Amino acid sequence: MTAESEYAAVPIKLTVNGVKHEAVVEPRTLLVYFLREQLALTGTHVGCDTSQCGACTIHLNGRAVKSCTILAVQANGKDITTIEGLARGDAFHPVQEGFREKHGLQCGYCTPGMIMTAAHLLETNPDPSEEEIKHALEGNLCRCTGYVNIVESVKWAAQKMGGKNVSR
Amino acid sequence: MFPANFGYAAPRSVDEALQLLSKHGEEAKLLAGGHSLIPAMKLRLSSPHTLIDLGAVPGLSGVRLDGNTLAIGALTVHADVDSSDLVRKHLPGLADAASVIGDVQVRNRGTIGGSVAHADPAADFPVILTALNATFVLQSTGGSRTVAADKFFVDYFTTAMEPNEILTEIIVPLPPAGTGTAYAKLAHPASGYVVVSAGAMITRQSSGSCTAARITIGGLGSGPARAVASEMELQGKALNAQNIAAAAAKAAEETDPDGDIYAGADYKRHMATVLARRAIEAAVERAVT
Repeated sequence: MTAESEYAAVPIKLTVNGVKHEAVVEPRTLLVYFLREQLALTGTHVGCDTSQCGACTIHLNGRAVKSCTILAVQANGKDITTIEGLARGDAFHPVQEGFREKHGLQCGYCTPGMIMTAAHLLETNPDPSEEEIKHALEGNLCRCTGYVNIVESVKWAAQKMGGKNVSR
Repeated sequence: MFPANFGYAAPRSVDEALQLLSKHGEEAKLLAGGHSLIPAMKLRLSSPHTLIDLGAVPGLSGVRLDGNTLAIGALTVHADVDSSDLVRKHLPGLADAASVIGDVQVRNRGTIGGSVAHADPAADFPVILTALNATFVLQSTGGSRTVAADKFFVDYFTTAMEPNEILTEIIVPLPPAGTGTAYAKLAHPASGYVVVSAGAMITRQSSGSCTAARITIGGLGSGPARAVASEMELQGKALNAQNIAAAAAKAAEETDPDGDIYAGADYKRHMATVLARRAIEAAVERAVT
């Protein structure tokens, strides 16, 4: 067996933002780099690259996860939503609107991850308390320290959604 | 950061995974949620030749009632352990631990079996599962065996598992009536890992006295440690504040922690007594007779 075949690239099939993709990836390819570099979905950011900051948060089969700590091969057969897939046409997701209305971003680097985590929170808990919002965002870091407005943005979105799930 | 290159296999059954494991031996690593292994590989602390991904093996996740035990699939993610009605009803201490691991995203991906098999001395599940007297089901091509938590965690990042074995299930006995379970943790504020933690399983007689106690401490050594002196101190005593405090005061007696850059040895020993008291108190509160 040659070294090349030992580390053979792996074919994967997955759905990203409703679009089916087939690709062949090196096993060591991290999902975040697959999304950014092979699918050109650069809205998902690489921040710390050590599963702490949450800038790379996406939804994998409906759950918020950190795509810097998942291999692209582990996403084989899975359904992914990134920040690019959150709006419906020209209509922003209420969490995106909330960040605009409540000035929930400064430099914007953490924002896609914050929004993906918050959107997942509101799907599972449509009417969260302030404490619950803070607890849910524990895995997302904002180096501008704009946390007060980020929490306000999520509250705004929860209110806009009227305590209801937004089915996508 | 990228891992060193490796070969990848995604078996569709435990048998297929076991055959791959036999074939590749110690050069292979099993991949569950990957939330300990992938960071280690990115830092090149671990560079396995082959990854055997258990993610596509059916039947390895979920919580079910099995006689007088709860059987928890090794690939059950922390968030599902936390939200399981069975866990919350019968083993709230296990839900306590599941709810404070890492952050939301980590809990959506990290698995109980991965945490147990990785045996990080700063992990949560080993501490509470030892207090709960859990056993671990290990499968190999030669069959299956179980190892009790007390004998499973051998050293830093080292368990009683053989290289050809897969941890498939965690079996936790349902506690007898009048028993409460709880977990208390001092988390490192940045990483979320355990600085010091305590697990407790306390059985209270209708008279109010303690008939059984298992108390464990995490963060003070290579893995979870039974606080035997605390357990003996509580045995047969009334479960009042004074006796609980006296027992908790002995929680660090059998330990000899190393200080680190975050916390000195004296501080860790002190916090062990504080967290043992909190865990015992919470367990007693839940021990409805």
